[in-house]
Amino acid sequence: MANKISDETIEYVGILAKLELSGEEKENAKADMERMLDYIDTLNELDTEGTEPMSHVFPVYNVFREDIAENGDGSGDTLANAPLVKEQGFKVPKTIG
Amino acid sequence: MARQYETVIGLEVHVELATETKIFCGCSTRFGGAPNTHTCPVCTGMPGALPVLNKQVVEYAVAIGLAANCEITRMCKFDRKNYFYPDNPQNYQISQLYLPIARDGYVEIECGDTKKKIRIHEMHMEEDAGKLVHDEWDDTSIVDFNRSGVPLVEIVSEPDMRSADEVLAYLEKLRMIIRYLGASDCKLQEGSMRADVNLSVREMGSREVGTRTEMKNLNSFKAISRAIEGERQRQIELIEGGKAVRQETRRWDDNKEYSYAMRSKEDARDYRYFPEPDLVPIVIDDAWIEKIKERQPEFQDAKLIRYRREYGIPEYDAQIITSSRHMAELFEKASDVCKKPKKVSNWLMVETLRLLKEHGMEPEELRFSPENLAKLVELSEAGSINSSVAKEVFEKMFSEDIDPERYVEEHGLKTVNDEGELNEVIKKVIDSNTQAVSDYQGGKEKALGVLVGQTMKAMKGKADPRRVNQRLKELLS
Repeated sequence: MANKISDETIEYVGILAKLELSGEEKENAKADMERMLDYIDTLNELDTEGTEPMSHVFPVYNVFREDIAENGDGSGDTLANAPLVKEQGFKVPKTIG
Repeated sequence: MARQYETVIGLEVHVELATETKIFCGCSTRFGGAPNTHTCPVCTGMPGALPVLNKQVVEYAVAIGLAANCEITRMCKFDRKNYFYPDNPQNYQISQLYLPIARDGYVEIECGDTKKKIRIHEMHMEEDAGKLVHDEWDDTSIVDFNRSGVPLVEIVSEPDMRSADEVLAYLEKLRMIIRYLGASDCKLQEGSMRADVNLSVREMGSREVGTRTEMKNLNSFKAISRAIEGERQRQIELIEGGKAVRQETRRWDDNKEYSYAMRSKEDARDYRYFPEPDLVPIVIDDAWIEKIKERQPEFQDAKLIRYRREYGIPEYDAQIITSSRHMAELFEKASDVCKKPKKVSNWLMVETLRLLKEHGMEPEELRFSPENLAKLVELSEAGSINSSVAKEVFEKMFSEDIDPERYVEEHGLKTVNDEGELNEVIKKVIDSNTQAVSDYQGGKEKALGVLVGQTMKAMKGKADPRRVNQRLKELLS
């Protein structure tokens, strides 16, 4: 494996993903990410000189909807899988933004 | 001598667009529905749901961009901004990073006597997050996704402002432009306009830029003003005390008039943006831009020039009237009907502004028609009603948009121009107020007022006080 993921990197990715990983899980995750990066390296073998970066894989533009309300009360379906419901809202640990 | 500091401020302004539906789904954007009623798989980030862009969002964004003298990006696209937070069901926000819809604009502000251009770095379209309501009682938060997916335009300025006054002038200018376009109601208190303030200080004359902080939770013009002053002081104190300003996001507490650091270092921003694969790029060609340009309203600057030429009302009045598109249109239409622009302007400047203030209303909420205002001006100018009756009728018109002509007729409020009736009443008043009569004849000018008042009372307010005054003088001389 050519790519190396440092301990700091896996720590940082854990923080961004809001994951608490044990020592063993960190080692496994490092190995997985290294394999993924190696796979991506295959792309670097291609010569992309002169190729314009794409913003989308399909040559399709301007797909719009008109500004007309089509949906009714969706609260039943939306809350169907909520672990905890209070006053028709998702109940979560106190969060201040 | 104490060191002098300069404040350097840039703004990120979020504006909720006045569309009927959300940016990527057909859910209503109406404010104040019961929690989670305006939701669907798209705006709650369910796996497999596909967003489709609301065309009206692009139209509003281009219109605002053009009004703010921006370059419109001919091919723009959306990106994903990744972060975890309970108000964000997808764990990413669909926004624009690499190719925002508009760039490199400016708006001109007036601060005191000086005009200044505030440059706009860029404008992008994005979706709003849900709303968290905190329950102090059981220490939990409740999430409502009705606002999730409501379209926003974020307008990012260059750090061109130097004081709270300039910031307020800039915000008021943006708000006016956007309201003229009908693209948003821009209410800070309700959150349809939000401003984050990026602020740093530096020694006067220095060309270097100091470390800046970003302040959030500013929901009134007064709070913005106080937050700027508070943060400026805090940074100067740090620098004078030999400490460094830390680059961080701070939350302003307007009750305590102090800001608190919001995000710790390990939460450093790393949004890992990447192109949004579910939405195709947007191509905006000349024809589309031309169409939007044709629909742009006449803005304040153009109106002021035309008013000078066509209406000849005082510059100050014109400024106030044209600060709202709705009030300007009321003025123009009413003036065109009655051909008395100065009188129309007076009704707007005095009684209308007074009642708006009294009711805590915005000029956009005025409901009386220009035709009715013109009728009132005509009744009043022809002397058909006196000024106190006119005010009474105006108040009725302000609250219920009544037809002044019919109202005056139905309530018998017309001034009595029958000289015979007036003379008779005056004679009775003179006979029964001997004291006032002798006071007046003895040189007490003020006593005449008593007699005028008595006559007006006897006439049930339907006489022209000027005429009563004149007639009394004649009879008593």
